[in-house]
Amino acid sequence: MSNTQKKPLLEVQDLKQHFPIESGFLFKRQIGAVRAVDGISFNVNEGETLGIVGESGCGKSTTVRSISQLHKPTSGSVIFDGVDLVNAPTQQMLDARKNIQMIFQDPYASLDPRMTVRTIIAEPLEIYKKRGMLDASFTKRAIEDRVEELMERVGLNKAFKNRYPHEFSGGQRQRIGIARALALNPKIILADEPVSALDVSIQSQILNLLHDLQKELGLTYVFIAHDLAVIEYISTRVAVMYLGKIMELSRSSDLYKNPLHPYTKALLSAAPIPDPEVERKRKRIILTGDVPSPNKERFGCYFYDRCPYRMEKCKSNIPPMKRVDENHEVACWLYE
Amino acid sequence: MTNSPSQKTQEKLLEVKGLKTYFKTDAGIVKAVDGISFTLERGETLGIVGESGSGKSVTNLSIMRLIPSPPGRIVAGEVLFEGKDILKLSESALRHIRGNEISMIFQDPMTSLNPFLKISTQMIETIRLHQDISRKDALEKSIEMLKLVGIPAAEERVHNYPHQFSGGMRQRVMIAMALSCEAKVLIADEPTTALDVTIQAQILELIKDLAVKLNTAVILITHDLGVVAGMCDTVCVMYAGKVVEKAKTDELYKNPAHPYTFGLIQSVPRLDKAQDGKLFSIEGQPPNVIDLPDCCPFHPRCHKVMDICRTQYPPTKDIGGGHEVSCWLFADQKEHSDE
Repeated sequence: MSNTQKKPLLEVQDLKQHFPIESGFLFKRQIGAVRAVDGISFNVNEGETLGIVGESGCGKSTTVRSISQLHKPTSGSVIFDGVDLVNAPTQQMLDARKNIQMIFQDPYASLDPRMTVRTIIAEPLEIYKKRGMLDASFTKRAIEDRVEELMERVGLNKAFKNRYPHEFSGGQRQRIGIARALALNPKIILADEPVSALDVSIQSQILNLLHDLQKELGLTYVFIAHDLAVIEYISTRVAVMYLGKIMELSRSSDLYKNPLHPYTKALLSAAPIPDPEVERKRKRIILTGDVPSPNKERFGCYFYDRCPYRMEKCKSNIPPMKRVDENHEVACWLYE
Repeated sequence: MTNSPSQKTQEKLLEVKGLKTYFKTDAGIVKAVDGISFTLERGETLGIVGESGSGKSVTNLSIMRLIPSPPGRIVAGEVLFEGKDILKLSESALRHIRGNEISMIFQDPMTSLNPFLKISTQMIETIRLHQDISRKDALEKSIEMLKLVGIPAAEERVHNYPHQFSGGMRQRVMIAMALSCEAKVLIADEPTTALDVTIQAQILELIKDLAVKLNTAVILITHDLGVVAGMCDTVCVMYAGKVVEKAKTDELYKNPAHPYTFGLIQSVPRLDKAQDGKLFSIEGQPPNVIDLPDCCPFHPRCHKVMDICRTQYPPTKDIGGGHEVSCWLFADQKEHSDE
């Protein structure tokens, strides 16, 4: 599984995404910044799934939104297939972005209620056609065929293509969202909590669908979830985020067996396991307090306030990412 | 685990018998809760699991008689709290039970507190509604409760507004309020769904501790099988307004009898067991509960469906040790083994 010699499909280098906090009515001045993503780096190889876990407000969603250039990153670079999306000219960026598609969390909010399923799924094609960035072979007829093909691929009856989103259940809507993401034949799909709004029995259907699609179409995923079990199941490698920083990055099978960072340990121990016998024997690490505000500039470890193993050093030195073995990196002074 | 019958009747705190809550809509009658029964003993933690729309919340709103009517109506059944039928009580007697004897924590801590009032005002109001004490004593009691649920600097924090608390803290405040009158039953309706895992672990630990400390019986409603495994003594699995399986937690996870329970347990990926390949999945969509025919509502999605499932609702059978299941698979087996 060691693909170190292969060139990664997506390279994120020291990505920062700060949102200004402004005050004043007419003459706005910046009085601070929400440091949603504060300097993260990782690679995603072709055909793998990179999982990103973390609590709410840790910057998972902002990360994928910055990758897809929905926010212009404050600094850093996002290199996809050799093109730096942050600094590339718009035309080049749009062309590269054809290969980057997103699936969103809320299947109720992410589909326009006034559009039919056909229009929703065809929209990416129509947009790129209008821009003249689609093959000339994509006639009206071809788009129609593509919509039907996609609907069948994600397990929707193509007879429903003139229906509206409200006529579908949550799981079916998420399938529509997946079909839309697949429309342009992307190389990478950024899935932002695609199953967290779904019921348990529907969740496994969607996970299986994503799994099948990856195998068939050779897709690469960046998959966000806050459910560790889901992340462990779907991912090749997992990045654990906290307050806009990556704390640990490891192969998913190693993460549960051998978590290194105190935060990862706490997170794993807090995740409930559906087995009463296992639950009774487990030792929980209960973290005290809440996630601190991301508005402050930090000079020490980002996890310092809640860490059960904090040392003097952690207060004023930010731990760098340290590689402990080929596929396992951790940012903690304990592993220096 | 097994009590003698005489002992059991003494310990029974809350008993729900054949409860039916229907909603009248333009499209037809929604049988949100359709004939469910369970008992809650003193100090016990009962889990009610099910997917959205299975009737978990309506069950508990019915117990408190908080169903908006119309369109909702409790059509049949009894809810016996210490022998008294809550459904027959007068409004004033009911007010005495709500909050005092049975209290509730809701799912969303962001919307269940009044954003315009200080925490102190809200807590004092709650306490004074149920207990005849002065404002000063009530404030003291509020501070004491906030300390109990682990809010740091409770003396100062009690005068803050809800927006000054984080989600987890607000849920703690809700728990403090719910427990401030020493209720005998605490109904927690998805208390941690809106929270992160680390905060969820804190809140669950807190509920568990307090239940032991104050000897409160807890009804925990959730869709998360992991939460149930760690918290509950007994579990009811609900599907389309009916309890399809009821058992001790260990027994349920070890030998899930109903195909739905089995599917539910199998379809969640497990952190402690690496899985490759596909997850087990329950095909199809949750049923539409409007004008549901009198058959097993799970049959279109069941992997063990038989002919009889399509026409008749299965009877509830005890398959040993209080493990009850409503499925034709077991109805048959029982008859065979009964000889």
